[in-house]
Amino acid sequence: MIIDLQRFVASERPCWAELERMLDKLEQEPNARMSLEQIQRFQILFERTAADLAKLTTFSSEPETRRYLEHLVARAYGEIHETRERRRRIFPLRWFFETLPQTFRRHVRAFWLSLAITLAGCAFGALALSLDPEAKSVLMPFSHLQQDPAQRVAQEEKAVTDRLAGNKSSFSTFLMTHNTKVSILTLAMGMTWGVGTVVLLFYNGVILGAVAADYVAAGQTKFLLGWLLPHGVVEIPAILIAGQAGLILAGALIGWGSRVPMRTRLRRVTGDLVTLIFGVGLLLVWAGFIEAFLSQYHEPVVPYFAKIAFGLVELLLLILYLSFSGSGRNPLGVREASVPVQEAAR
Amino acid sequence: MKTATLQIRTPEGIVFSQSLAGPVTRFLAWFVDVSCVLAIMVCVGYLAVVLALISSGFATAFYTLAYFVISIAYGIACEWGWRGQTVGKRLLRLRVVDAEGLRLQFNQVVTRNLLRFIDALPVFYFVGGVVCWLHPRCQRLGDIAANTLVIRNPRLLEPDLDQLLTGKFNSLRQYPHLAARLRQNLSPSEAALGLQALLRRDEFEPVARIELFAALAEHFRAKVEFPPEATDGIADEQYVRNVVDVIYRTRTDAKLERVGA
Repeated sequence: MIIDLQRFVASERPCWAELERMLDKLEQEPNARMSLEQIQRFQILFERTAADLAKLTTFSSEPETRRYLEHLVARAYGEIHETRERRRRIFPLRWFFETLPQTFRRHVRAFWLSLAITLAGCAFGALALSLDPEAKSVLMPFSHLQQDPAQRVAQEEKAVTDRLAGNKSSFSTFLMTHNTKVSILTLAMGMTWGVGTVVLLFYNGVILGAVAADYVAAGQTKFLLGWLLPHGVVEIPAILIAGQAGLILAGALIGWGSRVPMRTRLRRVTGDLVTLIFGVGLLLVWAGFIEAFLSQYHEPVVPYFAKIAFGLVELLLLILYLSFSGSGRNPLGVREASVPVQEAAR
Repeated sequence: MKTATLQIRTPEGIVFSQSLAGPVTRFLAWFVDVSCVLAIMVCVGYLAVVLALISSGFATAFYTLAYFVISIAYGIACEWGWRGQTVGKRLLRLRVVDAEGLRLQFNQVVTRNLLRFIDALPVFYFVGGVVCWLHPRCQRLGDIAANTLVIRNPRLLEPDLDQLLTGKFNSLRQYPHLAARLRQNLSPSEAALGLQALLRRDEFEPVARIELFAALAEHFRAKVEFPPEATDGIADEQYVRNVVDVIYRTRTDAKLERVGA
């Protein structure tokens, strides 16, 4: 029991101030490491301040002091009980060549599911268009896809002026930002227990399947491959990876067969979601450049075989990258190997 | 009004609580942040006008990319750099914290900001607002996915005791050990009740005022029994006044240096 509140506050204030200084330093210099003596001192100060808070908690006066101590104890609690790895430096190359592909492989089943949903959409789109060609405007509600494929190919191949002249960079930027927004939305829709993610993936598949069926049926397969492959082999996997991330999020939310609390499940996948979506962003930047600067140019400007070959090389490199990059190093992935015991038990 | 609190019990058995921010406060903070982004975009727009002198296509690309990056990165950069605060949250004294009181991680900041895409649907954060309104911990979907909460740090205003306590002799102060016990036994809400009754004393009907202070005085007398020489002849309202003086004057009279941010 505190008899003399004034004396109590005056005697304890130096400890609170010292703890606050240590916390400020920790937060301002995240890369700094404390010595063993400093850590011990930090622990003592935290326990003492927490005990002071306990004494003041039922006290009717001093609401400001109590709130101040609560804030201080909350900050110190976060530092002392945090068991997750603190990233001290960012290594972009290591992240690109190891973390990203390892994360992709760790959740590859979600990717296959994402691919399967998209392929189902493709099949539906192709089938629907072949059964009912009149449904073209419904299946592909985009003006540039409404034209007859043969007419469009003839126009593109006869074009003497560059219709993107002076606008390539803005067109490229538009593609990058638009596709990234769609990808982030696909990820975010995982919060609808995956329903939104599945709908978006399926719808993308429907459009892709309908376009492919339209051009193949019109005998323009070569044009279609030359048009879509250079950017599509990167853009479509990027959307699929965004779908993969959305399905991972949905899986953590639903937690089939898992007895771990939802909060812990979500906490475990958050880092992987961020890794995957940053990877998606990178792939879409590349796809945006290719689509604006290469995909929109056709024969005789760029031979179809060159565009198709370029696309196939890209696809091969992407498959090799996602399948093997970083597989020699810590194949479990840094995060998975270091899931804190305390976190797992929480 | 919903006033949920986050209570965390440490392994040492200490419980600390923080008030959670409701959807309306958060919406206002978001509105300030949107204004900040628009202000930045006005500056970027001027830069784009200059760039358009070189190439209009490049200027359009620059502006489109800048808007996309700034609108997404603003929240991430501010919350990461300012430990869970943006300009709007600073103004409204809000802060993003880890749901379990741990250190806020970069991944959490990114996740909660990326999931704004679903929270913002269909317009003006309708989905996020409804979820936040219904959720017991006032979390929007992004907060649920990232395991974060938004807390309030309201500024506590000191009551103007001088207008209530005129410096008259307080017989309860003659017994410091009992005064200390009174401070110990009264909960913060009970003390605040006495203070509010005094602050609003002129708003009550005369009869209601007498009844209210009689009830309060009886309640306070039951908490700690002072000797008859300290309480005899004191009206109920004066007794409540003395109790509030004992509780709140401790800090004010001591003129302690302010502790706290």
